[in-house]
Amino acid sequence: MSTAKGPSAAQVVLAGLLPLVLIGAMTAWFLAGGAERLGLVQPPIEKLAIERVVFRTQEIVLHVRNEGPGPMSVAQVFVNDAIWDFSITPGRELDRLKGATISIPFDWIEAEPYLLTVVSGTGIRHTREVEIATATPVVSVKTLGVFGLLGVYVGVIPVLLGLLWLPFLRSIPRVWLDFWLSFTMGLLVFLGIDTVSESLEILERVPEFLNGLMLIALGTLGAFFGLVGLGRVLSAKGADGNRAAAGSAASGMGLALLIAIGIGLHNLGEGLAIGAAYTLGEVALGSFLIVGFTLHNTTEGLAILSPLIERKTSVRDLVLLGIVGGAPTILGTWTGAFTYSDPLSLLFLGLGAGAIFQVVWVLARGRATKGEPVVEALARPLNVAGLLAGFLVMYATSLLVAG
Amino acid sequence: MRPSVRRPVTARAVERPASAVPAALGALLVAALIAAGCGGSREDAAARGAAAGDSLAVHARDHAIRALTTFDTGKVTRLPDGRTLREYWVDAEHAEIEVAPGVRFPAWTYNGAVPGPTLRCTEGDSVIVRFTNRGSMPHSMHFHGIHAAKMDGVFEQVSPGETFVYSFNAEPFGLHIYHCHTMPVKMHIARGLYGVFLVDPKKPRPKAREMVMVMNGFDTDFNGEDNEFYTVNGYANVFFRDYPIPVKRNELQRVYLINITEFDLLNSMHTHATFFDVYPTGTSLTPSEYTDVVTMGQGERAILEFTYKHTGRFLFHAHQSEFAELGWLGQFEVKP
Repeated sequence: MSTAKGPSAAQVVLAGLLPLVLIGAMTAWFLAGGAERLGLVQPPIEKLAIERVVFRTQEIVLHVRNEGPGPMSVAQVFVNDAIWDFSITPGRELDRLKGATISIPFDWIEAEPYLLTVVSGTGIRHTREVEIATATPVVSVKTLGVFGLLGVYVGVIPVLLGLLWLPFLRSIPRVWLDFWLSFTMGLLVFLGIDTVSESLEILERVPEFLNGLMLIALGTLGAFFGLVGLGRVLSAKGADGNRAAAGSAASGMGLALLIAIGIGLHNLGEGLAIGAAYTLGEVALGSFLIVGFTLHNTTEGLAILSPLIERKTSVRDLVLLGIVGGAPTILGTWTGAFTYSDPLSLLFLGLGAGAIFQVVWVLARGRATKGEPVVEALARPLNVAGLLAGFLVMYATSLLVAG
Repeated sequence: MRPSVRRPVTARAVERPASAVPAALGALLVAALIAAGCGGSREDAAARGAAAGDSLAVHARDHAIRALTTFDTGKVTRLPDGRTLREYWVDAEHAEIEVAPGVRFPAWTYNGAVPGPTLRCTEGDSVIVRFTNRGSMPHSMHFHGIHAAKMDGVFEQVSPGETFVYSFNAEPFGLHIYHCHTMPVKMHIARGLYGVFLVDPKKPRPKAREMVMVMNGFDTDFNGEDNEFYTVNGYANVFFRDYPIPVKRNELQRVYLINITEFDLLNSMHTHATFFDVYPTGTSLTPSEYTDVVTMGQGERAILEFTYKHTGRFLFHAHQSEFAELGWLGQFEVKP
């Protein structure tokens, strides 16, 4: 053994700690005024984020956060470019990253646009535009019911309806199986890109210091590799227990469940977006939009079905899959409507995208026979046709949800 | 004889307003150092912060009220030919002021506050203004009046630390202004370098209660395009919120109204429940109009004379509602 000649445990610890100690010392020196001594300090640029606007009866509430590099103060508030009375808790002085709630007594009018401005102590205007003012829902049995029902319409019912295609899929010739699985891939690729695009829209509203893009990446990579790992565990269990199931977990109920989880996360994000958009007054949730979402999401049920075509499936399992895929929408609409948080939405949408791309990956590998490169398998005419058809169906139904 | 002027109590507090801020800040600094030495708590720090902010607010409020009724008539001496010589001292200083509650503004000022002092004299007086530039860039004083080219404050820029002596005869009588004419003029005016130059006619106007109102704006975010706040005498809503102006019923009121608002084409004043005689530029003793709204471009000014027939509280404000709701709002409190 060479341990006698190697470094002792204490030496290892010291070697590990030394850089940390030095970094700590340097940080302390800079914070204690070293940066000023070097002449590096410039007048800070103020940044105040108006994170959330809440409309209550004769009151507008702003949730603000100081995301600039130094402390700042809230001096005046304008509503539509007029000085207005306000109260602020916990106080006007905001340290870096500290938030406050500003309450403005104002007799606002439903469906009108508002320009809300916070003027800081140095006279800088920080502005947020609300396109359409609508009363922000408060948690009550009624609003929970309304937004819950919205989630059921947009998420649960469509996915369950999509599952009703199972007998049809089973009755068509086996040759077409490849087509349907590729079709599912097309649907999922669309959903994955759609999820990323939704998160990029939200990204614009997220404070810079939170590094929203990396939150999306964290969610995407986390879900992708987490589910790859989960898939391995599932197939390993199958190998231990039932030989016949070995290696097929990723193509049967296991795969269906993975798809349902991915779609569920996507629908969670979709629910968040719908609830929040409604709350922010960005969309009028007309019946047309709900119909659009319903049709669009029915295809998601189809995607869950593809691994189940060749095996027996109980109604109980189907309902379970439908709920895993659809019910998160309800959670999303509630969260979005009552406690909307942009950074959290990014994380969820990232998870959704990662989950969906993982399923696409599993399906793509499933198209290949042993030893065949995945890309070549996907290039077979039936697969190409299915992929494009799935994508186009999603695209067409998405047109119903314009905006 | 100049009519006596009712002044608010606070008006006499400090002769040169500029000295109050450094003194207060200095005291605070000492207090802060002592507190820091004693390991002052967070509460102490918060209290100090509030006090520092408050002193700016108090200063802004007091200056606006004081500017309303304070006239600098200069140091008076009699010349051999019998004429009156008036000497004034004006310094350009860069100072942080407050323009609306909690909103600080790094201003360029005459004598430490915005607007600068109201310099008052009588037609025909010999006027000497000793102008010292205590700022960090060239400034000047350009008087609206009739004077020699060298006294115009345009081509004779005054460098930091230098003094320039403006000398001219006061003519014509009327309500005039002075302001910095260093380029870019837009910026030097927007930053606060202006004041009132009032030349009384040899035969005084009728006895009245007199007030100076300087209409201006502050571009606090320095976008160079528009104003965040509009004020009279430098502090938003001061005569609405802090000091409703007391007025005696049936007493003649005379407002020396100046518009020096930058960026916006016009500013205006509207009085509620009374009408006034307008003397444009104050160069005639005959009013041009009897109205309740007067609208002026930048640099225009007018003398308004009115009385209140009824007691109670009456608003006065810009009749650009936008300006009124961004700080140009006041009230007269009419008492028997």
